[in-house]
Amino acid sequence: MAAASPFFPKSPKSSEKVKLEFPRIPATEEVAQAQSSRDWCPRLTRSSVPGWILTISICFFSFLLLAQTVHADRIGEVTDTRILEQAFRFFSFQDPSLRYALLGCILLGICCGLLGSFIVVRGLALVGDTLSHAVLPGIALGYLWNMSKDPLTIFVGAALAGILGTVVVRLIRQTTNLKQDTALGIVLASFFGIGAFLLSAIQRLPSGDKSGLHHFMFGQAAAISENDVILMAVVTGLSLLIIGFFYRPFLLSSFDPAFSSSIGYPTQFFHYLLMVLLACAVVIALQAVGVVLVSAMLIIPAAAANLLTDRLHHMVLLSVFFGILSAFAGSFFSFLGTSLPTGPFMVLGASAVFTLSFLLAPRHGLLPRLWRARSQSRRIQRENTLKAIYHVLEANDFKSENVSLKNLSARRRLTPTDTEAEVAELQRHDLVTREPGTRDIHLTPPGWTRACEIVRNHRLWELYLTNAAHIAPDHVHDDAERIEHVLGDKVVREIERRLDYARKDPHGKLIPSLEDLHRKDTFEPTDSPTGYRPA
Amino acid sequence: MSLFPPFNLREFLTLPWTDPFIEGTVWIVILGALVTIACGLVGNYLILRRLALVGDAISHSVLPGIAIAFLLSRSTNSTFMFLGALAAGVVTTLLIEWIHKNSRIKQDAAIGITFSTLFAIGVILISLVAGKVDLDADCVLYGEMDQAAVVPGDALAPPAVVRMATISLVVGALITLLYKELLVSSFDPVLATSMGIRSQAMHYGLMVVLSLVVVSAFEMVGSIMVIAMLIMPGATAFLLTQRLPVIFALTILHAFLSSLLGYHLAIWADCKTAGAMVVVAFFLFCLAWFFSPYQGILTRLLHRRRTRALMELEAEAS
Repeated sequence: MAAASPFFPKSPKSSEKVKLEFPRIPATEEVAQAQSSRDWCPRLTRSSVPGWILTISICFFSFLLLAQTVHADRIGEVTDTRILEQAFRFFSFQDPSLRYALLGCILLGICCGLLGSFIVVRGLALVGDTLSHAVLPGIALGYLWNMSKDPLTIFVGAALAGILGTVVVRLIRQTTNLKQDTALGIVLASFFGIGAFLLSAIQRLPSGDKSGLHHFMFGQAAAISENDVILMAVVTGLSLLIIGFFYRPFLLSSFDPAFSSSIGYPTQFFHYLLMVLLACAVVIALQAVGVVLVSAMLIIPAAAANLLTDRLHHMVLLSVFFGILSAFAGSFFSFLGTSLPTGPFMVLGASAVFTLSFLLAPRHGLLPRLWRARSQSRRIQRENTLKAIYHVLEANDFKSENVSLKNLSARRRLTPTDTEAEVAELQRHDLVTREPGTRDIHLTPPGWTRACEIVRNHRLWELYLTNAAHIAPDHVHDDAERIEHVLGDKVVREIERRLDYARKDPHGKLIPSLEDLHRKDTFEPTDSPTGYRPA
Repeated sequence: MSLFPPFNLREFLTLPWTDPFIEGTVWIVILGALVTIACGLVGNYLILRRLALVGDAISHSVLPGIAIAFLLSRSTNSTFMFLGALAAGVVTTLLIEWIHKNSRIKQDAAIGITFSTLFAIGVILISLVAGKVDLDADCVLYGEMDQAAVVPGDALAPPAVVRMATISLVVGALITLLYKELLVSSFDPVLATSMGIRSQAMHYGLMVVLSLVVVSAFEMVGSIMVIAMLIMPGATAFLLTQRLPVIFALTILHAFLSSLLGYHLAIWADCKTAGAMVVVAFFLFCLAWFFSPYQGILTRLLHRRRTRALMELEAEAS
């Protein structure tokens, strides 16, 4: 396609030229380096495997450190061997109570991660928080049903209370002017208050085994029994089945409820289905992490996953994975200590994952975004310096191939020291060379190409704005200053085609042509210290 | 034995004031009312600005603040604890804002992440300090209103009452002084900026006052029911009127009623005062919800029925 382009005279040499130039593969190694450094955006690959392993291992070791200091703080004579011994016991899975606790935590990690990603993308993150507080009266009533800590009745009571809570939130939203957050707050606080009221009445009762009831507040993973694990497995399996079966409607109604209703999905039904599942998940999670921290297990893994990917099914998988990871971390670190709570450690594990993905997520993370912004602004600065060098050369009618620092700093309107720094930056990227002992600056072939490209982009854009958009020639400069750094090859060539390959910009200056750009093959390496001279 | 004693209206109404074994009724009722007034006044602005659940977040993050203050000062001096909790509250709001602004995490998720992480840190620290897992769960979750209202020795009033009264007065004075600024920046931040009001400063100021109020109420009502104190009076008042001064008046009325009736309920059922206050507050909210003159459920039903009857009459007449 390039050979047919009207830029190139159909000489026998032209095909070779094209091959060399269009893919822009310069011969020497320095040039290749310069090219790669021009590839300014460090496009970190999304969800690259080594990144994951790094993330996980950092998280793991920071936990190990934390747990160790924590432990040492508690008991003076604790030694490393004790920690290692305990860690070994953990990984051998010998204790039956540990097995149940771990299994329970992992099940709830799966369940919360799965449902959490849906509530996070629906903007309902705090519904989980509200639900977890709203189940308290249900727990009290479930206990009162047959005056025992039977998991099943407590489960049913709590799930019903949770569902009632979501219904009340919905009713308040529909019948009054109060906003969503207020409605959530009302249900959260008043259901919790009613529950606290009932529980403190239950505390007075002489009969029954009520000692375990307040474990629902902060959770006690160690107390998870076989029955609890079965219940958790049933709820988790059910959630997996339902979400798996109705994945598409859930996806659609999360992102575009109007469209999903229009193609016949019962959007309201799926909302309530999700709420019912959520209520069940919250109830099984209470046992392990407690009322206050359930919402953490719902929100944090999902939010961490949300920062790492843009696709819902990836997000769900990641979020489930993070849920399992934090369940594992929580059980491990609470097992290391003698009486460290499991729930808070699970939450801290999830928070560590979130922090890492908040800072390091390839696309949405804070540090990569800052890095991209910084490298882009430095690239723009480099290109502006190159452009100024071109302008100085042009002012001299390209008679000399050197630019003096003085002229350049006059052109850039900077002090010589600042210009010196800019030139040094260009030298680092092999865009210019300098003859030792003089203050002269000399463009290298890639430097020349890039300088021509920038000036070309600028002048073509100015011409395009004046010709096609009919903007006055004295108003187009600022716009071109911004866009010259981002125009791509294809766009430039399309603009050129539309402008009938014009040679002059609105101000009468010559637009560098493609031949000018690739004049570098007329530069030949020499023995001179600058390394290059025009042929 | 049944859960609650049989209901007897006369006992319900008179027991707290006549029973010789119950002391300090007046102080408890006053304390409850003051806590609810201070929280409710700030809460009104939270409802207006749709920040109701930031109160939730701050009330949870008080816990690590207290724990860290204890670890640093190694004393149970309440001033240190208070400062620690206040700092934790401010840090929470800053963190929420920071996460929300620097990523695509939505505000509600940012709230959830921040407070649950801080709360987890708090629980771990306290379990290290106290040397056992179950920290004083009762105090953290339900508060100790009755103990706070005990008059020590020769004092005129319980110190908690004096403190809450001061805070209520400060909050009241701030709201009166900055009434216009708060009003405009709550409803229309752009207009506020154009009027020369610094909305951002208003926001952070409100958050500091919120932390102050939540921290001081924490001891009396616990970390979760603080939210009820923040939101319920305002939510009830918003159902009944749309004028801000009336809303403030109704907030104060709601505070007194829920405190008084809550204490009666607590005495009758022999329960924690804070929980009973929330139950009453919710009851009052439901009353407003059903019978509010212009957006109550029953009022609307009646209105609809009357309209339908009128239309039928007109149809017959024509």
